[in-house]
Amino acid sequence: MKYVDEFREPQKAEALLHEIEKLCQILGKPIKLMEVCGGHTHSIFKYGIEEILPDTIELIHGPGCPVCVMPKGRLDDAIAISQNPNVIFTTFGDAMRVPGSTTTLLQARAQGADIRMVYSPLDSLQIARENPDKEIVFFALGFETTAPSTAFTILQAASAKIHNFSMFSNHVLVIPALKALLDNRDLQLDGFIGPGHVSMVIGTDPYQFISQQYHKPIVISGFEPLDIFQSIWMLLQQLVENRCEVENQYNRIVETQGNIVAIEAINEVFTVRENFDWRGLGEIPNSGLKIRTKYAQFDAELKFTIPNLKVADHKACKCGEILKGVLKPWECKVFGTACTPETPIGTCMVSSEGACAAYYKYGRLSKVAKKNIPEISQITISQEPLPACGNSR
Amino acid sequence: MCLGIPGQITEITDINQKLAIVSVGGVKRQVNIACIVNEQHPAESCVGDWVLVHVGFAMNRINEKEAAETLKLLEELAEAMG
Ligand code: SF4
Repeated sequence: MKYVDEFREPQKAEALLHEIEKLCQILGKPIKLMEVCGGHTHSIFKYGIEEILPDTIELIHGPGCPVCVMPKGRLDDAIAISQNPNVIFTTFGDAMRVPGSTTTLLQARAQGADIRMVYSPLDSLQIARENPDKEIVFFALGFETTAPSTAFTILQAASAKIHNFSMFSNHVLVIPALKALLDNRDLQLDGFIGPGHVSMVIGTDPYQFISQQYHKPIVISGFEPLDIFQSIWMLLQQLVENRCEVENQYNRIVETQGNIVAIEAINEVFTVRENFDWRGLGEIPNSGLKIRTKYAQFDAELKFTIPNLKVADHKACKCGEILKGVLKPWECKVFGTACTPETPIGTCMVSSEGACAAYYKYGRLSKVAKKNIPEISQITISQEPLPACGNSR
Repeated sequence: MCLGIPGQITEITDINQKLAIVSVGGVKRQVNIACIVNEQHPAESCVGDWVLVHVGFAMNRINEKEAAETLKLLEELAEAMG
C-alpha cells in the first residue's frame, strides 16, 4: 500500500538503527523518551521496536490513548444514557469493553440496551435519520484527531435539522495533559515522540512550550516503523547537539499551522471545559471539550439525566503511574493475573493502545528478562494480532 | 484511536454533502471531505488526491513531495551504509 509499505522497509530501518546506535554511544548515558500517543505505543509493540533499540533508550508509554484515560464515572454516565428505553447508543468499538464502576457497554448491551458500534460519527447520524422515533446518542471520544469529525457531524445534524440526535462529548486535549505531565516531578524524561495525527489538526506551534519552558526536545512522528526510528534519531541528534526544539518528522501529513478548516469546526461546535477528570491522572484544567450552548440541543449531557459522579479507580490498578511513565505494567500486582484483556481491571488493559494490553499481548520477553521480572513467565503470550482500533477497523 | 490510513480519492459523489469515494489499498469507501476542501481546493479538484482517512473523514492531504523527500533521505542513509 502506498505511503505505508515504503515506510516499513527493513534496509532503511537498519540504516537508521545504525545511526541511532552511533548517537547513543556519543551520548554515553541512558535516556528516557516518551511516546505520547497510543497509536505509537501500538506500533512500537507490533513491530518490536523497543526490543531492537539500544539498551540505553527506554521508551515510556504516555497517556495518549483516549480510551485509557476515560474515567469510570464517565463510563457510568454513558451506560446510564444507553439504558433509556428510547435510546440507540452508538460508539466506536474501542469503548465497548472499558470497565465502568460495575459494568461495561458490552455487558449493558447483553442485558438488553440498544448499543451499536459504528465506524464513523456520520454512521450514527444516519441511524438517526432512519429511526425518527428513537433518540440516537453518539459517544464522542478521542483527542483533537477525532474532534473535527464529531464537530462536522453536529454541524450536519444542525443544517439537516435532525432533532433526535445528540452526542455525549468526552473529547480530551493533548496539550493540557502534556503540561500536567511535565509539571509532575516523578517524571524524568529526556524528550518526546510527538503525536502525529493530533498534530495534523493542531499543527506544531502548540508544542513550543515544551522546548521553551521545559527545555525538552519533541519530534512529531508518523506511525510506521521508519517514522518512529527516524524520530528517535532526530531526538538523539537534538540531545547530542544540546538543542531542544519542536521538529516535525511527519511533514508529509503535518503542517506547521495544522488544519485550519478542522480547527474552525472544533471551535464552532465545542468549548473547553474548565476541568476534566482523566483516569489515573486526575483532574486536568482546560483539558476536555464540551458542546457549546449554541448547539445545546445536540448535547446528550443536557438531554438526559446522568449520574455525573466521580468514581475512584480500582485500588490495585496502577494505570495512573503507568500513564505517567513512573511504573511499568509488570510492576502492577494484578498484571496478567487478575487483570487481563479478557477481564480488564484498568483501561490500560482494555485498548490495544494501552501499555498493559500491549505488554500482555506482545510481551517483550528478552527486554523483560534482562530486567529479571519473574512474573512474566507465568503469563501466556498470545500470538494472534490485536483487534484493530480506530480507523483500521 | 488516532490511527489513520492513506487512501486516494477516486470520485466525488456528492458536492453539497462533501462526500467522496476513497480507495484504501484497493478497497473503496465513502468518506467525508469537509476537512480538506476550501476556496483554493474546491471539492471538484480533489480527485486523485492522496488523503489520510480517519473515522470516515479525509483529515488531511498527504504532501507527496515531502513524503518523497523523507524517503530519499532514508534511501541515502541506507546507501551510505552499503
Ligand atoms: S495491569 Fe490492569 S490493573 Fe494493573 S495497571 Fe494495568 S490495567 Fe491497571
